[in-house]
Parts: sequence; structure tokens; C-alpha cells
Amino acid sequence: MEIPKSFLGYKRENGRAGTRNHVIILPVDDISNACAEAVANNIKGTIALPHSYGRLQFGADLELHFRTMIGTGKNPNVAAVIVVGIEPKWTKRIVDAIAKTGKPVEGFSIEGVGDIDTIAKVSKKAQEFSMWASEKQREECPLSDLWISVKCGESDTTSGLASNPTVGNLMDKLEPLGVHLCFGETSELTGAETVCEKRGKTPEAQAKFKKTWNDYNDFILKEATDDLSESQPTAGNIAGGLTTIEEKAFGNFQKIGGCQFIDVLEPAEEPTKGAGLYFMDTSSAAAECVTLQAAGGFNIHLFPTGQGNIIGNPIEPVIKLTANPLTAKTMSEHIDVDVSKILSREMNLSQAGDELIKSTIRVANGRLTCAEALGHKEFVMTKLYRSA
Amino acid sequence: MSNTDIIIHDEKDNVGVVVIEKITLNQECNCWIMENDKSVSIQSKNEIPLGHKIAMVDLNEGDTILKYGHDIGKVVKNIKKGEHVHVHNVKTKKW
Repeated sequence: MEIPKSFLGYKRENGRAGTRNHVIILPVDDISNACAEAVANNIKGTIALPHSYGRLQFGADLELHFRTMIGTGKNPNVAAVIVVGIEPKWTKRIVDAIAKTGKPVEGFSIEGVGDIDTIAKVSKKAQEFSMWASEKQREECPLSDLWISVKCGESDTTSGLASNPTVGNLMDKLEPLGVHLCFGETSELTGAETVCEKRGKTPEAQAKFKKTWNDYNDFILKEATDDLSESQPTAGNIAGGLTTIEEKAFGNFQKIGGCQFIDVLEPAEEPTKGAGLYFMDTSSAAAECVTLQAAGGFNIHLFPTGQGNIIGNPIEPVIKLTANPLTAKTMSEHIDVDVSKILSREMNLSQAGDELIKSTIRVANGRLTCAEALGHKEFVMTKLYRSA
Repeated sequence: MSNTDIIIHDEKDNVGVVVIEKITLNQECNCWIMENDKSVSIQSKNEIPLGHKIAMVDLNEGDTILKYGHDIGKVVKNIKKGEHVHVHNVKTKKW
């Protein structure tokens, strides 16, 4: 198949391109959710991104909170942003960082004003942003404007056999075309960590991966009360035939095909070393991982599933594929791409990879994913430790 | 091409994965090895559902299970060729 050279995206002020054109109302903290949600109810064409944190965090955990907030606002799938927080200082810090992209962004704080007057003020600005964004048109963008993140979930052995290798096949075909790619899931590489480490393109990337995985493993050993057999693999994984974390890890690892990673990113960190594959240190919980990848600037997501994970994200479209014929049948409303014919050998991996590329470009051009049509908007902040 | 009942990733692997809805007791199964496109056959000794593993050889306690050509865990209870391989007879080496 000849791979299309371009897609129709929204060109942003900083040179990036979006596959979506969202106007978001971003609460800085848990107690500003009510205001953000009220505004999104008032003003059509806006979405609120409520979450559970943002108060009394400190150190690396606070830095991650800011990085996730700022990265979400900067994502090119977002046309304009309103930031609402209880206090002006943290609100302003987020607004100022998002403003560097050149996109419209405005901040409001609730203290001393109250919810009702804040909602009125924010609604006026949100209406202005929504109507402004509605005039944006899709334009032809080079394929290299796609930043593709990947994560699998509710995996079973069909994931490692077929749906993950399909994503790997797409990576092998798109990496030479200058696309940014990102995989994560530090915990779910356990058992495959030394094989994964060797995929680092440079000794620096390899060393960084080794340190990241070791730090994670030390944390597990410190916090674990017995072992992780209850959560890794999950009950769903085991029902699907996955027996051990090592088996899950080698299945997971198929998603990167034959690619080498050029750098290791902190959670929600934006890549800065140009096109190619990156590893991001993330949890393997689906919504946490995709939220972090979206905050890293990735604008379209591929999600292979075995037993049928149903996750979506408010700003980054999540394309689901499965090779499990039962899941494709019983959960068809969640599956964008059915590659179960690989198992019956009616389709080979390269054909499946081509199908996935076609679907990815259709979604990049604006086709809703199943998760978008079903209203899945899981926005889940990663918290490193308890607040002060 | 005859229907494939079981797929094996790598020639070195000592387990295969059921890729039909289920295989029944004493079923003669067609297996396809992805790595070298070879075919082999095996008789099942259990009913095994889609996605679950079958032992391609006799395995003893302490043996290593190979899948994708890699170590994915250890045998904790002897397994006969054709039997179901899962959490009842295999455990991780990690935790």
C-alpha cells in the first residue's frame, strides 16, 4: 500500500497540527471542577476536564501536576484554553506556560469572587473562544505532523499474537516518514526489561531506560505487601490466557515493532529530540497513561485490546483495535479496527498494519472514534505520593 | 490451507496459543509456527479456550516456559504434552 503523505488537520500558532479542535475549560484543582463543568454546560463547543487533585501537592508530584495541566493545554488538539483555579498564582503559572504556544488562553480564579460570578465571567470568555474556534478549518498537513502514542489494555494472548504486532507494523512503516511515536507502561515491561533496554538507540537512552525501570521496580518492592500477582496480570488478562507478567510484557513489547527509542521521557514530558520513537515512564493503567501521553503533546492514540478495554480521552482520540474474534463480536461498538482475521490467517500482519494506517488517517481527518462517539473522556492525573 | 487451531510464535517455544473458540479433549490440532511458517500437529489432553496455552512438549517442575523465544515463567507442577498451561501450573519468576 502506498502510504498517504498528508492528513487534514488544524494548523496551530506554534507550527504543530491538531487532529481535533477542542476548547477546554481546565480546572487547576479539584474544588474548581464545579465551576468548569457549569461553564461547559452553558457554552456549546467547550469541554471541562475535571480531575481529583491540585491542592497541597509538593515536590516532584507538584511538578508533574503542572506538567500535565500545561501539556494538556498546549496539545495541538486544543484550539483555546480557559484555566480556572481557586487561587490566582498557580492558575497564572499554567496560563503563562500555555500562552507560549500562541493559542488563546485566559485564567480565572474563584477566591474572593465565588462560583456564580466566576461562572458568568468564564462563560463570556468561553463563548468568545468557542465561536472563534468554530471558524477554524482543516488544512492539508504533512503526515509527520502526526504524533502517535500507543498503549494496550485488557490484554490477552491475542494482543501479543496479533493486535500489538499490528501496531508494531504501523510503527515500522511510519517511523521512516518522520512521525513522532511514544510507548510507555514501565510496569508492563517487567520480564522484558533487558530486551527493551537494548532497543535504546544510544547508550544514553539505554542507561536512562535502565534507571527508570529499576527505580520503578524498587518502588514496587518497597510498597508491595506481598507480590503483584493480583494486579499484574489482571483478572481480565488471566481470563484471556495470560499467565505471568513476563508473558504480558513480551506481548506488550510487540507494539514497537523493530523500532529503537531515541529518548526516555518523564511522565507528561514533551519530546525534544525530533521525530522517532520515545519511551515515556508511565503507569500501565490505561487512563493515566493516555492522559500523560496527551500531555506530552501526542495527538492520536492507538489502543490494542484483547478482552475489551473501553477507554477514551477528552482531547486525544483513542483508536481501538482487537484481534480477539469474541471481543470484536460482543463489544463491536468499542472496536474501530478488527484484525481478528490474522488469527484465522485470512489476513497477514502487513495487511493489518495497512488497515490500521488507513483508520488512523481517517480519524486524524476527523472521523470520530468509537470511544468519542460513546462519550469516553477519561482524564486521570497521575499522583506520585500523598499531599502535604 | 487447513484451519489453524494453535499459533506458536517462535520455533524455540514450548507452548502454543489456541486461536479458535476452544479446542476439545483429544482434538487433533493444526499448529502454525509464525517464525518459520512451519506446521506441526498435536493432540490436546484438556479442553482449552481461545487465547489459552497448550504444552507442546512434556514439562517438569522447575522447567522454563518459552514464548516469543523468551523466558515467561517457571513450571510449578508437571505438565504433559497437550495439556492446558496456565496459572495452575506456571508462575512468574518476578514476584
